[in-house]
Amino acid sequence: MTDSKYFTTTKKGEIFELKAELNSDKKEKKKEAVKKVIASMTVGKDVSALFPDVVNCMQTDNLELKKLVYLYLMNYAKSQPDMAIMAVNTFVKDCEDPNPLIRALAVRTMGCIRVDKITEYLCEPLRKCLKDEDPYVRKTAAVCVAKLHDINAQLVEDQGFLDTLKDLISDSNPMVVANAVAALSEIAESHPSSNLLDLNPQSINKLLTALNECTEWGQIFILDCLANYMPKDDREAQSICERVTPRLSHANSAVVLSAVKVLMKFMEMLSKDLDYYGTLLKKLAPPLVTLLSAEPELQYVALRNINLIVQKRPEILKHEMKVFFVKYNDPIYVKLEKLDIMIRLASQANIAQVLAELKEYATEVDVDFVRKAVRAIGRCAIKVEQSAERCVSTLLDLIQTKVNYVVQEAIVVIKDIFRKYPNKYESVIATLCENLDSLDEPEARAAMIWIVGEYAERIDNADELLESFLEGFHDESTQVQLQLLTAIVKLFLKKPTETQELVQQVLSLATQDSDNPDLRDRGYIYWRLLSTDPVAAKEVVLAEKPLISEETDLIEPTLLDELICYIGTLASVYHKPPSAFVEGSRGVTHKSLLPRTGSNESVESPDTAPSGGPAADQPSVIPTQGDLLGDLLNLDLGPPVSGPPMATAPVQMGAVDLLGGGLDILMGDESEGLRSDVGGSPAMGGTGGSFTPAPNTAAPTNVGAPLGTGLGDLFDLTGGVGTLSGSYVAPKTVWLPAMKAKGLEISGTFSRQVGSISMDLVLTNKALQVMSDFAIQFNRNSFGLAPAAPLQVHAPLAPNQSVEISLPLNTVGSVMKMDPLNNLQVAVKNNIDVFYFSTLYPLHILFVEDGKMERQMFLATWKDIPNENETQFQIKDCSLNADAVSSKLQGSNIFTVAKRNVEGQDMLYQSLKLTNGIWVLAELRIQPSNPNLTLSLKCRAPEVSQYIYQAYETILKN
Amino acid sequence: MIHSLFLINCSGDIFLEKHWKSVVSQSVCDYFFEAQEKAIDVENVPPVISTPHHYLISIYRDKIFFVSVIQTEVPPLFVIEFLHRVADTFQDYFGECSETAIKDNVVIVYELLEEMLDNGFPLATESNILKELIKPPTILRSVVNSITGSSNVGDTLPTGQLSNIPWRRAGVKYTNNEAYFDVIEEIDAIIDKSGSTVFAEIQGVIDSCIKLSGMPDLSLSFMNPRLLDDVSFHPCIRFKRWESERVLSFIPPDGNFRLISYRVSSQNLVAIPVYVKHMISFKENTSSGRFDVTIGPKQNMGKTVEGVVMTVHMPKAVLNMNLTATQGSYTFDPVTKVLTWDVGKITPQKLPNLKGIVNLQSGAPKPEENPSLNIQFKIQQLAISGLKVNRLDMYGEKYKPFKGSSFVSDGEQEPKSLSSQNFT
Repeated sequence: MTDSKYFTTTKKGEIFELKAELNSDKKEKKKEAVKKVIASMTVGKDVSALFPDVVNCMQTDNLELKKLVYLYLMNYAKSQPDMAIMAVNTFVKDCEDPNPLIRALAVRTMGCIRVDKITEYLCEPLRKCLKDEDPYVRKTAAVCVAKLHDINAQLVEDQGFLDTLKDLISDSNPMVVANAVAALSEIAESHPSSNLLDLNPQSINKLLTALNECTEWGQIFILDCLANYMPKDDREAQSICERVTPRLSHANSAVVLSAVKVLMKFMEMLSKDLDYYGTLLKKLAPPLVTLLSAEPELQYVALRNINLIVQKRPEILKHEMKVFFVKYNDPIYVKLEKLDIMIRLASQANIAQVLAELKEYATEVDVDFVRKAVRAIGRCAIKVEQSAERCVSTLLDLIQTKVNYVVQEAIVVIKDIFRKYPNKYESVIATLCENLDSLDEPEARAAMIWIVGEYAERIDNADELLESFLEGFHDESTQVQLQLLTAIVKLFLKKPTETQELVQQVLSLATQDSDNPDLRDRGYIYWRLLSTDPVAAKEVVLAEKPLISEETDLIEPTLLDELICYIGTLASVYHKPPSAFVEGSRGVTHKSLLPRTGSNESVESPDTAPSGGPAADQPSVIPTQGDLLGDLLNLDLGPPVSGPPMATAPVQMGAVDLLGGGLDILMGDESEGLRSDVGGSPAMGGTGGSFTPAPNTAAPTNVGAPLGTGLGDLFDLTGGVGTLSGSYVAPKTVWLPAMKAKGLEISGTFSRQVGSISMDLVLTNKALQVMSDFAIQFNRNSFGLAPAAPLQVHAPLAPNQSVEISLPLNTVGSVMKMDPLNNLQVAVKNNIDVFYFSTLYPLHILFVEDGKMERQMFLATWKDIPNENETQFQIKDCSLNADAVSSKLQGSNIFTVAKRNVEGQDMLYQSLKLTNGIWVLAELRIQPSNPNLTLSLKCRAPEVSQYIYQAYETILKN
Repeated sequence: MIHSLFLINCSGDIFLEKHWKSVVSQSVCDYFFEAQEKAIDVENVPPVISTPHHYLISIYRDKIFFVSVIQTEVPPLFVIEFLHRVADTFQDYFGECSETAIKDNVVIVYELLEEMLDNGFPLATESNILKELIKPPTILRSVVNSITGSSNVGDTLPTGQLSNIPWRRAGVKYTNNEAYFDVIEEIDAIIDKSGSTVFAEIQGVIDSCIKLSGMPDLSLSFMNPRLLDDVSFHPCIRFKRWESERVLSFIPPDGNFRLISYRVSSQNLVAIPVYVKHMISFKENTSSGRFDVTIGPKQNMGKTVEGVVMTVHMPKAVLNMNLTATQGSYTFDPVTKVLTWDVGKITPQKLPNLKGIVNLQSGAPKPEENPSLNIQFKIQQLAISGLKVNRLDMYGEKYKPFKGSSFVSDGEQEPKSLSSQNFT
């Protein structure tokens, strides 16, 4: 009596037989026949030929039969659209049925029939069902709107279903709310611009109420939706967090992870001083650990997310190392993830335990896992300096096992250890050399060759070793060839007398016999260096290498912040933003972490390579918001006591940026290998990311800036300060009042003279103690303004004394879009404390001297810029004539390209260029009788227009 | 949301497919087969696979792969949880979640899947509600149905579906009102060769079987609730009461369900109820070794340790093992190199011992690795964490229920690192 009987076929031809049965008079027989049809469908057999016969069975009062027919319809309606129309009448009738179950079933099924002709008939029943008295019908109808939108988005909008759906968010039944949210989220995903989920405190409150009462799946939808909300302030964030926290105890792990996402995101807004912040941190750990006792598939997803969380907030799980120890029966994908997290959590306190575990893992069976374990030991050495010695000896033990892949992996990591701790562990080289013959993987060979080349002077038979590699030069992979070339050149520079022949051999191999352009180019460079200036060659090839950084595979902070917003989603599994992989990324909007609005906040690790890039990259230098996540408060400030002289930091960072970006542009992709390799450092695939520029390690990381209300003030100030007056250099205004800065008063203004921008400051000591050790730093800003020199106050500032300083600025600093655009956040340090203030700089200090455009060029550009980029402003009460205006503006680098007189009005066509290369074109209309001027601005980056207008007004009125 | 579901058996046949949106071709599963081939072991197939147009999220349960196809950004955990829920429902309906059971009930399976998901959104996943919509198959019912022509599909809206307690159906009636709570605990411990615990953790669950009439409102309190480090609740539990009073207060679902699962770890010292004395050594150059293991009970409050099974993953070089057990029986699988010793009950008077000779591959070097021993056991009537139920009260109904609770401790421990060079 089982359903398997439906699968048996008869001799006569199944379809024929079924047809007869479907048309039978007996209800029972009909039902059995439909079941057979469904059974064939489930295994992918094509039974679409029976369509009319099955549809005929639809008009029945037997609910099971009805459901079965509906199941069939959903599958095959698409292939038989004309026949499907036959079913419409029954659907419409069913939508009026007194039984809510049938009403819901009808509207549900109709939505699943993806046939245009049917959708037209669906609208009326759907509208009724959305307002049905029974919540079960309403919640089904909510989902149906999403289905319909998928088939015909325009129809849904025209019929106003979206508004009805939005109304359902306020429904009295939590289930309906949850489904409405789910449907809206799905629709919003394909229509990023439509702003469907317009969240405000009232709707948030409703969602939070529904959250407690709806099903687990509904909770997931609501939590995911909550995560997109931006609370107004830290209070609101805290109250949401409080109401979300109970979800951490839910049995459904997806609910737990979605709750974690909301908390991680809103925590960003809470001040670290709050007691609540600490409580929240403590509450996050246990549920995350509990996720690891679930099924392996769940564990895997949880671990990928924990990996992100550990990078963002290591404090949450720092005491939970043991739960990440690998169990022998974990699936391999769980093992590998656990290993990764173990290394991230490794610290001086637990390193002994971790190492003991890792050594165990290195003797396991699975090759991938063993390799990763060996690599992990190396990473521990690099991360925790105190453990380096122990790690090296563990690695040597492993090399003694002579297991081929273990040895190779060990050699690759030992090379990294050498780079991190030069001149410390070279005694092991002898042991490494013993294993030379067993290396057959390119990465290991390349690592070994690098070691030989780097320490050629300590290895007696270095030349023999390298020569032995040279024999099969052509069979090696490019990686090894490049490495061999560099190593031999190094050897030659160290022992020129014995190895001349060898170096000639390798250079000719590389330049004449190879068709790899990278290899050939590098060969030529070395050749020329060696032949023209051996001393220079030595300086280049044997240059001191920057130390490799501790964490080699950290996710870049901006990306990490974005990924935190995607906890629990596919993005978090792949560690890539959705835009990178979601099909047809039309639906993707960047998400960002919220800036903290509470009081002070410590600093995140400095980001040496902002993704916005230097000005040269693109005409519009203002990077999209998405790239700048959470960097608003990224002041790389040292603490007042121990920090390095900070004025130098921004300059340094600017330089790094320039170099990074510039080189890329200059040399294109091919330069990649060169840049990292000319200096003789190995460019191995796996470790390529580890060569972070030096400033990264040198710059202060993670320092709490201890001040009471610093940042709060900073935000208060933005509105009022910086009113511009005076003739193109505004008089100084007080930027930082003495009472907010423990007696230091700062007033200042900005000026531009012959191409250089400066910030003119007056520092006044209104305290009773002497001030010294001044330093200044800017936060990233829209135009990359940064101090070009340290703040130099030569003598200590005695009480009641003032000093005037002109601080030269450049525009090569890090770029981040600010709001308002010309906002500049400044930190000033002295021997007492660090103070923050923000000010608005007049945009005309950024107008460069070569901002005059050719007439033709002007015309072409004006036409080229789309009309929607044009903005018009009124400059009131300016009684100057055209010539006076023109000359006044010229003084500020706004150049008049042409002048026309049209019907008594003077039209001035002007151009200007900003430091970042943005051109702004202007048309200024002056009517003799009217004191008001009309200014039309056209620019490819229309967001600057507003500020250009302000600059015009400032210049013209003073 | 969830687009389609494919059920695939171990030999790689797709034996059921269900689409909630448009039909996705079976060929999408080729990517899954590819990954499966790469993984060698079925357990090691990665749960999330990306293909050019879809994402495949799969779970492996009872020798069946549940492979779901999704097209947009969906929380993978949501999908995995749902797939497990589907498997649980099959288990619940058919007594087992196997290929034959599913094929035998294919129409019910299809109806269930349709009821559980609408357009990729979960609709009804609570077993109580599903059972009202679609009656589980029983022999009696199918006989009755075939005579009366009635169907096994409910035609009224399940009452619980929309109430604030969707997990409970209305109008439950029992003649004997009973409530049972099973406390099942599992120790997970790693012990080093000197016998000290590297890591120990208790995973506990309270499974309930409630057969009470009407709308009972229960509250269960513990003697020592602070013991629990982290708890996951069934949605029926009122979180506020737990937060403030540490009392589990709930209106229970009808029938079997998992009330809470919890974890007890490091803060509370976990006493391991058994110990192992071992001596495993391999002799140089003789291609043989000695093996001697004794298991004994530690402090366990006078309860007996039962169902003891020891598994050892021997080194690859081991050819065969010649052992004698004082109790129980042992098997050694020369292919996977796994030694399994089914010990049974431990009596403190005569400790079970297994010893003998290990034969190694001749000429192979002395194995470096030290096998880890894995021991499973059961203790009735004892919660190893020391968790004790204080009392169970019922409000809202007048009858007196029969209350019962039982405790079972399951153990799984992994003493590692048997040689002296580790953990110095």
